[in-house]
Amino acid sequence: MALAQHLPALQVILPLISAPLAILFRRAGPAFLIVTAAAWLSFAIAIALFLQVDASGLISYPMGNWQPPWGIEYRLDRLNSFMLVLVSGMAAVVLPYARGSIEREIPHESHYMFYAMLGLCLTGLLGIVITGDAFNLFVFLEVSSLSTYVLIAMGRDRRALTAAYQYLIMGSIGATFIVIGIGFLYLMTGTLNLADMVPRVAVIESSRPGLAALAFISVGVSLKVALFPLHQWLPNAYTYAPSSVSAFLAATATKVALYALIRFYFTVFGDSFVFGKLPLPEFMLILSLFAMLFANAIAIFQDNLKRLFAYSSVGQIGYITLGLSFDSVHGVGASIMHLFNHGVAKGAIFLLIGGAVARMTTRQAAPPAPTFERIAGLSKAMPLTCFGVVLGGLSLIGVPGTAGFVSKWYLVLAAMEKGQWWLVGAILVSSLLAVAYVWRFVEAAYFRAPPAGRETGKEAPFALLIPGWLLILATLWFGLDTSFTAGAALDAAQQLVHSGN
Amino acid sequence: MDSLILASLVLPVFGAAGILLAGRWPNLRESVTIVTAVATFACVVQLVEPVLAGSQPGVRLFELFSGLPVAFRVEPLGMIFALVASGLWIVSSIYSIGYMRGNGEHDQTRFYVCFALSIAAALGIAFSANLLTLFLFYEILTLITYPLVTHSRTEKAKRGGRVYLAILMGTSMLFLLPAIIYTWHVAGTTDFRVGGILPATLTPGALTALLALYMFGIGKAALMPFHRWLPAAMVAPTPVSALLHAVAVVKAGVFSVVKVVAYVFGAGVLAGQTGWLIAVAAFTILAASIVALRADNFKRRLAYSTVSQLSYIVLAAVVLTPLSTVGAALHIVSHALGKITLFFTAGAIYTAAHQTEISQFDGIGRRMPWTMTAFTIGSLSIIGIPPFVGFVSKWYILSGALSAGMLQVAAVFLLSTLLNAAYLLPIVHRAFFREPVHDDHHGEHGEAPPFMVIAVCLTAAGTLAVALFPDVLVGLAQRIVSGGGV
Repeated sequence: MALAQHLPALQVILPLISAPLAILFRRAGPAFLIVTAAAWLSFAIAIALFLQVDASGLISYPMGNWQPPWGIEYRLDRLNSFMLVLVSGMAAVVLPYARGSIEREIPHESHYMFYAMLGLCLTGLLGIVITGDAFNLFVFLEVSSLSTYVLIAMGRDRRALTAAYQYLIMGSIGATFIVIGIGFLYLMTGTLNLADMVPRVAVIESSRPGLAALAFISVGVSLKVALFPLHQWLPNAYTYAPSSVSAFLAATATKVALYALIRFYFTVFGDSFVFGKLPLPEFMLILSLFAMLFANAIAIFQDNLKRLFAYSSVGQIGYITLGLSFDSVHGVGASIMHLFNHGVAKGAIFLLIGGAVARMTTRQAAPPAPTFERIAGLSKAMPLTCFGVVLGGLSLIGVPGTAGFVSKWYLVLAAMEKGQWWLVGAILVSSLLAVAYVWRFVEAAYFRAPPAGRETGKEAPFALLIPGWLLILATLWFGLDTSFTAGAALDAAQQLVHSGN
Repeated sequence: MDSLILASLVLPVFGAAGILLAGRWPNLRESVTIVTAVATFACVVQLVEPVLAGSQPGVRLFELFSGLPVAFRVEPLGMIFALVASGLWIVSSIYSIGYMRGNGEHDQTRFYVCFALSIAAALGIAFSANLLTLFLFYEILTLITYPLVTHSRTEKAKRGGRVYLAILMGTSMLFLLPAIIYTWHVAGTTDFRVGGILPATLTPGALTALLALYMFGIGKAALMPFHRWLPAAMVAPTPVSALLHAVAVVKAGVFSVVKVVAYVFGAGVLAGQTGWLIAVAAFTILAASIVALRADNFKRRLAYSTVSQLSYIVLAAVVLTPLSTVGAALHIVSHALGKITLFFTAGAIYTAAHQTEISQFDGIGRRMPWTMTAFTIGSLSIIGIPPFVGFVSKWYILSGALSAGMLQVAAVFLLSTLLNAAYLLPIVHRAFFREPVHDDHHGEHGEAPPFMVIAVCLTAAGTLAVALFPDVLVGLAQRIVSGGGV
């Protein structure tokens, strides 16, 4: 029983310890085993915590037994216990994949470093989600960001360095803004504990420092979210990072930042203030629409598949922020669902594309970019990979039977509840844009003749195919059985929307 | 009973898996197709008796949204559609063997797999108990037929596939999905119920808008101006055209239209609201017939004929009298049997003589007497001449229109009958009464492969048989309006 009490701490500590251990061994094999074990254990812990919250409601865990609000509190509700499952689950799937895929992408001697960084990145993301302390949240944000910069820079393409640098600059600006915002909040309320802050913020939120705090945090977090037009770092980062990193980041990093946004808006400041008294919903609505329509349209014209799906991520983030701006149970619920559904589908797509790239890579040269030229006629050689990408794409479109449909349904329903028919139209038009870019892939992979000189006749390695397909099957599963995703998301939304204040 | 419903849905899926496994041995693969088709049909047929007796067996699978499950319920209209789809699957499988082998088509395994899965999707639509389930299988049907439409993988197929997908997915996403979500929003249910589910509080404006969303959203019914996917899909091999035009796809469209009109809106709610829709359907009937009249490409003429015939069913449904609803249901069957015969003919001629243009058909009936006789029978049925089944359904539709005092609708039907005769009978005349042109390019040819001839004769015989023994179908159709034990 004693151990079970400490699950919230173990959730973060296990991956945290795995990173230095991996470095101590200095060898790829043990490093892989340690970090993978940590990721699987933390997935198991996340599920246990999710069930616990499901059964008993809130969990509050005082770190080092220092009682809140003085000590750091880990605080679990419906929202973040759900997020923990997503983040740790993705890590559990991506790690076994990484072993096969970084063979060709990263020099062997730095493999142990890669695993250590992935472990740290996981630590940071889980920490952001689980902590109930504002400054602790910032620290974990930095942990995850710094390790992400390293992971992206490890890509063998030299442009990975500039991509990482670009992200470093943007990410640091974001982090600075966030810490300034948190500083203002601390200044005005005298506390860093988020739950403790809530009643105190309610008093000062209309004051100038209160508004400044909100503004700084909004911009800072939006940078990490890649909310249009602060998304410039994302396409390069996803395109040039190693495949496993692209998949992991696409599925988790922006999602965790969105979680932070939801936490600050709905819990700390309270939605009745943020969305009721400030002109933020209109602002968010417009940016979301730009993301949905512009980024999705830009995606259609990309030549590199990874870049295409990176822009598609920016567009899909637009759906999520649009749902938030509705400030209704169905709207926020749709957003939380879509965090999960999109994360799984997009992660799967990046994993599968990575598998195809691995098959085209030789040991001497850098991995080739998956351009449409190169993937022409790929379905003959890699039927499973291509079919998987198509299924993942159907989820991005929101075809019934896939997870994407479920979130789209609630998003459209939320728009109708607001009586905003033009938004219904905008949502559906943007999903038609998704049809366009997914079908570019279909036509290239299934209709065009393979380019001369490509190695043909071989499916992607099974070690890379299985994790991708696992997530594709999850996408289909959550498209039919929604009790986990929709259930948790709507519950969480219920807790968040018009809760206090 | 539940197991019969599930079996008829799952059997084609298992069949598809079996076809995939047997892919390397063509004879075994085709046997799997035929056996599965017969078994599926047998399952569906066993449901007829209880439905005819007034019961409506159903299965609830799981809840996709809280309070909104994926569920099946067999009501008379769905029963009719299921009979058409599963029955014609057998015939078109026989025909496919002749066509695919006769033309030496590539990727035959993929073809049979997708074909079987399309049937599963069509049966899912037929048995759906609510709009959500219908939408789920409707979209699956679009996607699973896409590889069939683009079977040849040529540039032309790619372009045809684009139009096919863009129109079908575009309409279903932009119009049908919001219509369904709105129905759920205002009615709190999407179940199909006799008399409709919409609340009486809906304003006439909202009602009209919703009706428009449904009618244009169901793009598979090919109401103008969203009909272009049908001619675009002609690039497909002929058995696929049969699947699209007769077995599954367009029938799924008009079936959904009738179902939405009868079970979501209900005649009471719609009374007096459908004038514009009658006009659109009437326009589609006449305009498509005129386009068909001018087409020289055989399949194109048949495709526009389908567009026109589909609007018969839409029009019959929105006339909103019991007789016309019965006629709409029967016309699903009669058009399926007639049009599949005509498309089978097109494929037979293509396989035996490599001709696609009507102007090349001079004297072809002397070389292919069986095929062209079947074509003549199919044409007469489509035109609506007794004793073929087309006459029966037209009779009901016309009686319905007259009983509602809609003389202009009756006039549209009569005019369209003349147009039907004008674009079909010249082909018969050309085939039998003109001298064959001797052509060095194509050698002497005889009848099409036996598998194809058998199939086309079976469907032609079907147009006669159903007309002579219509009891079961008419009984089912009348159950739609008299109501089962809902």
